[in-house]
Formats: sequence, C-alpha cells, structure tokens
Amino acid sequence: MTALTPSQTVGPFFHLGFAPLNRENLAATGMAGEAITIQGRVLDGNGAGVDDAVIEIWQPDSEGRYSQPEDTPGESNFKGFRRIPTDSTGAFRFTTTKPGRVPGPDGELQAPHLMVTVLARGLLKQLTTRIYLPAEPSNQTDAVLSLVPPERRSTLIAKNIAGAGDLLEWNVILQGVSETVFFDV
Amino acid sequence: MPVFRRPLPGTHPEYLSPAYVSTRTRAPRQPPILLPHTISELTGPVFGHSEVGEDDNDLTCQHSGEPLGERIIVTGRVLDEDGRPVRGALVEVWQANAAGRYRHQVDDHGAPLDPNFTGCGRMLTDAEGRYRLVSIKPGAYPWKNHHNAWRPAHIHFSLFGAGLLSRLVTQMYFPGDPLLPFDPIFNSVPDERSRSNLISRFDWDTTVPGHALGYRFDIVLRGRDATAMER
Repeated sequence: MTALTPSQTVGPFFHLGFAPLNRENLAATGMAGEAITIQGRVLDGNGAGVDDAVIEIWQPDSEGRYSQPEDTPGESNFKGFRRIPTDSTGAFRFTTTKPGRVPGPDGELQAPHLMVTVLARGLLKQLTTRIYLPAEPSNQTDAVLSLVPPERRSTLIAKNIAGAGDLLEWNVILQGVSETVFFDV
Repeated sequence: MPVFRRPLPGTHPEYLSPAYVSTRTRAPRQPPILLPHTISELTGPVFGHSEVGEDDNDLTCQHSGEPLGERIIVTGRVLDEDGRPVRGALVEVWQANAAGRYRHQVDDHGAPLDPNFTGCGRMLTDAEGRYRLVSIKPGAYPWKNHHNAWRPAHIHFSLFGAGLLSRLVTQMYFPGDPLLPFDPIFNSVPDERSRSNLISRFDWDTTVPGHALGYRFDIVLRGRDATAMER
C-alpha cells in the first residue's frame, strides 16, 4: 500500500489557480428542475467573515442522478459541480437546481442535500459538510442527519430568509458556539 | 459500492496546528462526525478537455516573452493507494514567480512582479496517471505568521480524482530547501515519512539538456480498496 500524499492549505492565493472553474450560476450547468439560490458567509471563531475561503458544491440533478463519466464518454461531466470563492465580507451565493433524493447507507432514500467542501487559508485540509433544505419532511428520517446530535442539526439545514422569496441562507461557522457540523469522510 | 480506506492517523495535518497561527481561529473545535460513504461521497465531478487548454500545463508560454527564473519541468504520476494510476484527474497548479511574488491583489510582498508570468495552470493526467508541468522555480517569500517567517519555495497542487473522497489540495516542495525545518505549514503533517512525500526529487531523466531542470513528484490519492469486501 502506497502512502497518501498529505493535505496542505490552499493558502490565500488560490484564486489564481481556481478562477477558471468558478461556477456560481445555474446557467453554467444546463440542469433542469426547480432553481434554488443559497447565500451565506464563512465565519471564523471571532465571528469575522473569511474573505479567502472557497466552497465547492457537488449534487445530483432534480431526479437524484449524479453526473457520471459514463453518461457522456470522453466529455466533461461536472454538471453538479459549483465552485464559489467568498467575497471581501466572507459571503458567497450560488444558484442551482434543487437536488433530488439519492440512496442512503441503509438503502432508504436520503433527504435532498448538497455536498460541500470548504477550503481556506488556515485550513490545513478540506472540510466536508452538507446543505439540507428547509421544510423537507424527509429531513426527519434522513440517515445522515440522524447521526448528528439534534441540537446541532440546524447548522446543516438552510433557512428561508423572511421577505426574500425563495432565497435560502446557509452559513459556514468554522469555530464557536454554533459551529457548523463537519463530517469525517 | 466501492469501499474507501480512511487515512491513517498522522498522514494529514490536524485542523488545529497552533504554530500556523491562522488555524487558531479557523480550525473547528468539535470532532467531525463519522459519515458512512454514500453515493454522494463516492461520486464527484469529472473534468474534460473542454476545461483544459492544450498549453495550460506550460506556465512559461502564457505571455509574449519568457518569464525570468530557473526553468523547471515537474512531472509525476497520480496514483491511488494500491499504486493504480488515476486517469483523467484534473490537476490545478498555482505558484509565486521566481522573485517570490504572486500575481494576486492581496500579495503585498515588495518583490517585483514579472510581466511574463501569471503562475497558474491546469492539466489532465494521461492513461498512466502522468502529468507534466513546465514552469520556473518559485521563489521563497516572507509571510506574517511569526517574526522573520519565510515560506519555502512551493507549488500549490489541487486534484480531483475518482470521487469527492479523492479530492486533495496540497503543496509541493523542493529538495534541500533550508527553510523546510522552520515552516509551520510543511511541519503540520505529523508523520515524518508522509511529510517527506511532499518534497519533490531532482530527476536527471526529466531534466532537458541545455533547457530545464527536472523534478519528480508523485501524488497518491485515496482510492477504492481492491481488497475490501464490497457491500
């Protein structure tokens, strides 16, 4: 067995290398289905916005299908991928298709969710978390959410913003009292 | 469903590594919750030639003139833990110029920019998992972590392998760099042998006579465990 290459931080200058694959808008993907827009901030242990973070999203289409290389052999297939760097206040925003349900560890369907990878200066390895959607009955029975202590589950569920229509809010709190739940994958 | 091994303790840094000061306010304090691997973790984006230009692996030909500095070729294979090549992996790179300055608005180091060097590129691995980067050797540069702090010369690498679990962002260092023993980021990796895997090695076979020095840097990603029982 060959030893894994260790992780190192992206540092503050990742925009140089990452910018060509930034994807924030649904239009970049050609996925059908109900559009959702999610916005939020990445915050550090002092509550300050992290202006040198980037989040990467991976999700299935509205029917619960993940893009697979065999779908279109030889073509790029990253329709479910988003990459959004934070702005000077630590904020990010993206529009996507509401994900469908996919099978879970127990064979039951999981509640709709988006996989999130967080990278930033000061993070020596990536963080993995999930965004769930508000008012989904399946959140009550989701096998992954049920692994999370009940009082921390809300950190994984996006919230409707009062008076903002369909706009959803979901924040990444790296450290502190309302610290976001991160997963060991 | 394929089975992925969990990384051995000491392979990756801990989130909190106090000598790297930025981790103190950014490292989560709660332990991460162990997640069973579902299709959401086992799949991931696959990139193709439409995202990667023909010359995107050559950082010396992106401008009208050649960049200043010591020309280098960095090549290696992207493998999984069983030594199998990872084909079609997207490799993204970025680095400082020969003077140790990034072409980035937040880099306030006083060293000069090079009008002929941007310092970023990308490539896909071939059927043997091989990549080849043409560049100039990046310079060391000061940073504000502690008094008289200097980052050793390095190139940032970002990789997308077979699924989200194979995602890796790392840094490649150069052999014999006197700054390595003092760098809190390099030394955040607890296991000494793992740490040494971040250092490229000088390679005569890659060195092009009269043109460029060659370095070899293999990258090992998490992969499907061929020996594990599949559920």
